[in-house]
Amino acid sequence: GPLSERRLVDVRLGELPAWLATCNLSPQGLLGGVRKAWSSYYDKYINVKRGGPAGISMLLAGYCLLSYGWNYQHISKISFLVSV
Amino acid sequence: VLHTTRPLHTTQQCLAPLPPLPEKGGEVRYGLIPEEFFQFLYPKTGVTGPYMLGTGLLLYFLSKEIYVINHETVAAACILSVIIYGVKKFGSDVAAFADKLNEEKVARALSVKNEAIKDLEAAIEQEKKEQWRVEGRSYLFDAKRNNIAMLLETNYRERLLTVYNEVKKRLDYQVALQNLKRQKEQDHMIQWVEKNVVQSITPQQQKESIAKCILDLKALSKTAQAAV
Repeated sequence: GPLSERRLVDVRLGELPAWLATCNLSPQGLLGGVRKAWSSYYDKYINVKRGGPAGISMLLAGYCLLSYGWNYQHISKISFLVSV
Repeated sequence: VLHTTRPLHTTQQCLAPLPPLPEKGGEVRYGLIPEEFFQFLYPKTGVTGPYMLGTGLLLYFLSKEIYVINHETVAAACILSVIIYGVKKFGSDVAAFADKLNEEKVARALSVKNEAIKDLEAAIEQEKKEQWRVEGRSYLFDAKRNNIAMLLETNYRERLLTVYNEVKKRLDYQVALQNLKRQKEQDHMIQWVEKNVVQSITPQQQKESIAKCILDLKALSKTAQAAV
């Protein structure tokens, strides 16, 4: 279908700048995008009749990676590595 | 709070009963990587592609010290092993317990719905019975009319009997009165005749009659002795 209505996973790599141009980058737009992403993840992995550990384990793994990325500067310092 | 994020009524035509929840969530391999990633890489690299990618990335991070091995690595390894052991051992029990809770909830709601349906059906049955009863109204009124007619008839006949009895009493009284009068007159006349007759018997006649009676008796006694 038309470019503006496709989701990010359906957009090809070459069309990425064009797609970014069409999407709504205001705070409300971004917030709406975040809400849509969370609701699609929630409906797929958590809000089911018989879910498993996959729903929250992926969230925890993402949180681990994100916090590692935020603290990389501090972790990689020699003083930190020697102290513990 | 989490439930409010599900978008409802986002399109013009919203189906009134919500579609049921999906049975299983999206497929995830090793609890961390969605199946879509493996399917995405399958056409180009086959089955082992993602594993090669994962191993290569891991070695690259380790060798370039992008991932630094520190005390937290050991802690993470211990925690992960405990978590995986716990999930593998108690996962099915917890899942069965949660399923039971869900089933109880659904069963309760279903029972409420069934109760409501049963009550309404019973009400419908009652209504139909009432409608059938209405048809019998004419018979009811005929019976009532017959009752009233019988009451009137009975009352009329009772009063008729009363009238008859009263009239008979009066007539009987008159008859008794006449009889009594005649009786009294007769008695009085008999008494008067007897009194006059007794008065008219003189002493002379009395003596003659007594003598005659004694003679008769003697004659009779002679004939009777002769007979014996």
